[in-house]
Amino acid sequence: MTNVLLITYLMSLIYLSIANRLMSYVQILAFQGLLLFASSFIELAEMNPINLTFVLLETIVFKTIAVPLFLRYTIKQNNFSREAEPYLPNFVSLIIVTSIIVITFLLSNMIEDIKLNKVYFVTALSSLFVGLYIIGSRKKIITHVMGFLIIENGVFILSLAVGNEMPMLVNSGILLDLFISVLLLGVFLNKIGDVLKDVDVNQLRNLKD
Amino acid sequence: MTVPYLIGAFILVSSLFLNRNKKLSYFLVAVFLIMQWIFTVYEYQHKNIEEFGYFVPNAIGLLLLITISIISIPAFYHSFIYFTKHNDSDKSRSIYLAAMVLLIAALSLAYLSNHIGLMWVFVELTTFSASALIYHRRNLRSLEGTWKYIFVCSISITFVFIGILFLSIAVQEVGHANLTYTALLSKATELNTFWLRLAFIFIFTGYTAKLSLVPMFTAGIDAKDKAPSPAGALLSSVLLNIGFLGIFRFYEIIAQTSLLLWTNHIILIASVSSIFIATVYMVKVKNIKRMFAYSSMEHMGIVMLGIVAGGVGYYAAILHLIFHSFVKAGLFFQMGQIYRIFGSKSIYDVGNYFKYNITGAMVVLLAFISATAMPPSGMFISEFMVFRSLFESHYIIVLIFVLMLLTIIIWAFGKNMFKLLFSPPVNFVEENIEKIKPIESLSQFILFGLVIYLGINPPQEMIDLINEAVKNLPL
Repeated sequence: MTNVLLITYLMSLIYLSIANRLMSYVQILAFQGLLLFASSFIELAEMNPINLTFVLLETIVFKTIAVPLFLRYTIKQNNFSREAEPYLPNFVSLIIVTSIIVITFLLSNMIEDIKLNKVYFVTALSSLFVGLYIIGSRKKIITHVMGFLIIENGVFILSLAVGNEMPMLVNSGILLDLFISVLLLGVFLNKIGDVLKDVDVNQLRNLKD
Repeated sequence: MTVPYLIGAFILVSSLFLNRNKKLSYFLVAVFLIMQWIFTVYEYQHKNIEEFGYFVPNAIGLLLLITISIISIPAFYHSFIYFTKHNDSDKSRSIYLAAMVLLIAALSLAYLSNHIGLMWVFVELTTFSASALIYHRRNLRSLEGTWKYIFVCSISITFVFIGILFLSIAVQEVGHANLTYTALLSKATELNTFWLRLAFIFIFTGYTAKLSLVPMFTAGIDAKDKAPSPAGALLSSVLLNIGFLGIFRFYEIIAQTSLLLWTNHIILIASVSSIFIATVYMVKVKNIKRMFAYSSMEHMGIVMLGIVAGGVGYYAAILHLIFHSFVKAGLFFQMGQIYRIFGSKSIYDVGNYFKYNITGAMVVLLAFISATAMPPSGMFISEFMVFRSLFESHYIIVLIFVLMLLTIIIWAFGKNMFKLLFSPPVNFVEENIEKIKPIESLSQFILFGLVIYLGINPPQEMIDLINEAVKNLPL
């Protein structure tokens, strides 16, 4: 069952590469939050109840509801244009994201490890690299934040793979997620949104040599 | 005493943050400094005794702790001068002082952490407090610097976390759940090299953001430029040390396994390309503060080369790291005075510094000699030892390449420094320039003097500590 969920997650990454509107990014993030909720519910069933509640709250309340609503609010508030404004055409993005997934598949074949579920490994690493790719290939700063949230989802999946034996790591991963998201989104909403309208990385290019 | 220190620091940080009274703020800072020194002395006397299961004051941690305690005194002194010259609101002063205390406390505890996850938490705290310092001036440029710093550091801190996850997979396979450095070191030979390799790549990439090394160096440069000078001094000296420590602690584990050679190659590529990029920018850069930041990057490249070369290089690397902290901190403190006279950081707007501030000019001259590692500076000795170790370990081509780059760096550094010292500035109105009291340069002289003294006549305790710090590495 988790395999189905994780493969759906991979498909959502491919969809992300060709999505055009900012709102579809937000929807994909919310959907990924749901997928993570379901897979952590199945995977971490043996964990002690308090930890489990914490994980589930993080995925459902934070990743699925709070962050997408917050992003939506920011987009509406600042009247961002609806386009994601990629540097590369969608077709190229699709090819790159697909090849990222294929390469991580090939890499995971090198592992001679029976204990680790390879699907987790592939999903987590592809999510990481797709997130980096989104950061590198989109113009708006808000899409950079979204790329970062995708990296965080990848980290969450990876920590699920080691979670049952080391719950401490899952929890600290979640705290990292909360802490950085609040820091990034806080700075984003409060400061950059106030100072610059329709933020675009080109406006943050003053510091250079 | 780590947990009482932690609690005390948090109480001080929150009261500094809430308090708006100037005198009370300075009193709280003085209390913190006394606490910092009591903590340092206590930990020095309780070397290698585990505290609360997660902290061990071992040799390398103690060396860096003493370094930060020494630098924190002039850092607060120069912050005090900074506030008397700028009309900051009470609120922004409170935030600044609270962030600086938090940064120093988080770094001190990170140095002593024996648990890989705990160290990571404290490193994350340093990102948080450093960004508050960078944003101190509250203008568009500092906003840009802060945003870039937070973003790049968040990505790199995530990378470190991924590395820890991979490491934990390797640890679980040998039937363990203990991620303290001591446990990892004793189990190192049994760990699966595939996971160890992945873990190293991620942890190394992550910590390079703090260490100012390729590939994550960019944000640190902007941060050091945009932060006020006393904060820049901390970012450019003690904050680099935590990046080094993060890599060094993991390198100790790797050094026990068959991956040592592969790891050395990765670090070698990163450090040589850092020195190369630093050279290119030092030639090109027109902003003096950014030039100092690139100079830090070059020195960190040399430190990591010492680690790669091994042998006497390990000793030299740690010595170089400590000396660099003192020199770069002094240089940044001096930068504050330069900015107050000329009102600009651009090389085109400054000049004739000897005429306007003779003590400060002496500091700059001494700093130039120290930072480019010329005798009598102690950095000459450590850098020479790094090169000797490179020679002995047969990295001849690397050595020649690095020496050529260093020659260009000295030329570029000297060109800008001598422009600052001797040639008259263009369109500069001399009338209302500020007279700077010579006493404000005293701390810089002490720091540079310390480097010279420690280079020529290192105390036996320091030699023992450094030798103990590198005892886990193969010869």
